Amino acid sequence: MAAKKPAQRKAPAKKTPAKAPAAKAGAPKEELLRFYRDMLLIRRFEEKAGQLYGMGLIAGFCHLYIGQEAVVVGVQAALEDGDQVITGYRDHGHMLACGMTANGVMAELTGRIGGYSRGKGGSMHMFSREKQFFGGHGIVGAQVPIGTGLAFADLYKNNGKVCATYFGDGAANQGQVYESFNMAKLWKLPVIYIIENNQYAMGTSVRRASSETHLHKRGASFGIPGEEVDGMDVLAVRDSAERARKHALSEGPIILEMKTYRYRGHSMSDPAKYRTREEVDEIRARQDPIEMVRKRLFDAKYASEDDLKKIDREIKEIVNESAEFAKESPEPDPAELYTDVLVEERA
Amino acid sequence: MPVEVLMPALSPTMEEGTLAKWLVKEGDAVKSGDVIAEIETDKATMEVEAVEEGVVGKLLVAAGTEGVKVNSPIALLLEEGEDAGALDGAAQKATPPQPSPEGEGEDADARKPATAETSPPPPAGEGRGGGRPASKPASDPEIPAGTDMVPTTVRDALRDAMAEEMRRDETVFVMGEEVAEYQGAYKVTRNLLQEFGPRRVVDTPITEHGFAGLGVGAAFGGLKPVVEFMTFNFAMQAIDHLINSAAKTLYMSGGQMGCPIVFRGPNGAASRVGAQHSQDYSAWYAQVPGLKVIAPWDAADAKGLLKAAIRDPNPVIFLEHELIYGETFDVPAVDDWVLPIGKAKVRREGSDVTITAHSRMVGFALKAAEILAEEGIEAEVIDLRTLRPLDTETIIESVKKTNRIVCAEEGWGRCGIGAEIAAVVTAEAFDYLDAPPARVHQEDVPLPYAANLEALSLPGVDDIVKAAKAVCYRE
Ligand SMILES: Cc1ncc(C[n+]2csc(CCOP(=O)(O)OP(=O)(O)O)c2C)c(N)n1
Ligand SMILES: [Mg+2]
Repeated sequence: MAAKKPAQRKAPAKKTPAKAPAAKAGAPKEELLRFYRDMLLIRRFEEKAGQLYGMGLIAGFCHLYIGQEAVVVGVQAALEDGDQVITGYRDHGHMLACGMTANGVMAELTGRIGGYSRGKGGSMHMFSREKQFFGGHGIVGAQVPIGTGLAFADLYKNNGKVCATYFGDGAANQGQVYESFNMAKLWKLPVIYIIENNQYAMGTSVRRASSETHLHKRGASFGIPGEEVDGMDVLAVRDSAERARKHALSEGPIILEMKTYRYRGHSMSDPAKYRTREEVDEIRARQDPIEMVRKRLFDAKYASEDDLKKIDREIKEIVNESAEFAKESPEPDPAELYTDVLVEERA
Repeated sequence: MPVEVLMPALSPTMEEGTLAKWLVKEGDAVKSGDVIAEIETDKATMEVEAVEEGVVGKLLVAAGTEGVKVNSPIALLLEEGEDAGALDGAAQKATPPQPSPEGEGEDADARKPATAETSPPPPAGEGRGGGRPASKPASDPEIPAGTDMVPTTVRDALRDAMAEEMRRDETVFVMGEEVAEYQGAYKVTRNLLQEFGPRRVVDTPITEHGFAGLGVGAAFGGLKPVVEFMTFNFAMQAIDHLINSAAKTLYMSGGQMGCPIVFRGPNGAASRVGAQHSQDYSAWYAQVPGLKVIAPWDAADAKGLLKAAIRDPNPVIFLEHELIYGETFDVPAVDDWVLPIGKAKVRREGSDVTITAHSRMVGFALKAAEILAEEGIEAEVIDLRTLRPLDTETIIESVKKTNRIVCAEEGWGRCGIGAEIAAVVTAEAFDYLDAPPARVHQEDVPLPYAANLEALSLPGVDDIVKAAKAVCYRE
């Protein structure tokens, strides 16, 4: 309750936190290059979405993932085909990481028929059964019991799959999260809870909203282990997710608290008075997840400046094409208004 | 006097049972907790314990008797110092029940609840003793001639209402997500933290269910919480406390536990935010006894009714609208602008058709009335302002004059506010109607994101015009 000066959090600790073993010294060239590419795709995609929003082509809420790219890309590397993913409304990066197309996501942002929800869902509500991406949820915390239920179905079917359930530091205070934890542990459900601790829930810093700020400890009273992970380091993320996946299959739920940071405002209109410009700049300059991989690629002599420029150009092309597609794709037919309310044969 | 041992009920629905077996005989001494008999129904068997100390004076019902009515005496216990002579009077008074052969020939009256004649008169006082409260809501206060009218946004009017009530009453505090340091997600609580400090303007975690319940507890504890939901969509996380805790406890406590709390925030569709962020909950809350539900349109009403809501000793659901926060209206510069809850306002007089609306739809209804006027149809526009209690009197009066009604609302039509009004008008002014009541509402689908579909789904000025013409049998 005590209101103090607007939060001025220190940058997250630079060193890899003690609990998680340091990232494996390296990664094979191909994998590092793929990480670079996947993270860059998310960043450029989000920048483009920001532009289209500014042009009035995207409306409503639009929560960008810029700064947090290493989290989904690292986790996805540890998942296997058929594993499920579910998250909240800051979901564009997750969808791209799951292999959903930039075109389909961007066209949903513009509310067109070519979008994943045929224009009916928008930024916060997108899904792909094919890619096992279960949304896309606008209500903070609601995805946590649903993700737990996906894991319940996995165990029920004994299919050897796990559900990666993402939520924010703010969502971590919702009661339903703890109801889920209890059931997940009780029934040993194969679920990985990934808390994307980007330090803020809208304008509220973790310190101002949470009595226990080490969110990975939040499972303690349920006997669910937790790990704090440097969420800016894609290799540390991947390693932790690999351990977590094994754990989820043999022991049940586990919590990964990804220490990360969002560079942009909460949504598109955010006065951002709750943190300083310097704080943001400092993290961008010292811990940027993409720069980190770039440096690793250079250091290991896996890639030259030119190699990466080539990737940059490819990405730019994909993103530009998605923007074109999203502009050209027509609005849904008025008859779409009445479809999909209940399961019925499509005419 | 000997103590009567009564036939107990095994369940809330049990009316009679079988006295299977006596475990004591006359003359036995028993103490509290001793098992004295076994009874059974078709569903269960249960032991009957003595609840007093004494000597079994008389067994009134023989073992094996079926159809023994719940609460009828089955035995008499003699208390210390009493002798068998005491049984005589008592035995007559407590006539043992005659077991019915099929166990079914029951006395219908025995189970009837007390009737009006037999129940004690209700305590004096407003709103007690069944039926609707008799008192009529007061009318709006007169605005003295020469009063300054101050152009104010709805947003600031709401803020002013909270600030004034907080100055006036130390127990009023504001709580919610981002209400303090961020100054409100929609800036409705701007500067409250600066004036009243963090003790009274409280930022919460994202924990709607928790802080709504906490607010109810604080209200039971003597405070007057104003709980902001960032939007009412998120109140779905908390709706259990709004209904089960806030609305019902006064009743369940026989009038002891009043819950003076206001739950407020934007309700209804914003712009292009999709289905989970765009629902109108007017009808949901308006259905619940124990709540008051307010949904104002202009700034003066927003201020006067929020002040009234904060002072009201009941839980009030105060539904605002994001898309009118920024609109400016005149607010009278009087010292204490408080409006009556439960009173609709005739926004425009007319003789041809009545249009009811609340919240943002009032603006649309007034625009529709202008268009209709150009075509020679004079519409009377009623701003409902309060949805519970609903000012049906104003509506009925109007319909008696216009003989036609269009009920407009932003939310879904099924079981909606318009459905309720149509039912009331049909029941109470049937003979005055020249056309069936018409309803204007959102399409019966979750709100889509796509711009064209969203526009098709939400009701607007044209829909009201069309409906009004239809009930006037024009075009
Ligand atoms: C139940 C509910 N309450 C409030 C909101 C409004 N809201 C949307 S995002 C958000 C902040 C969530 O922060 P966090 O969980 O940290 O996720 P982040 O935005 O940082 O990714 C809030 C309060 C909501 N969508 N749902
Ligand atoms: Mg956050």
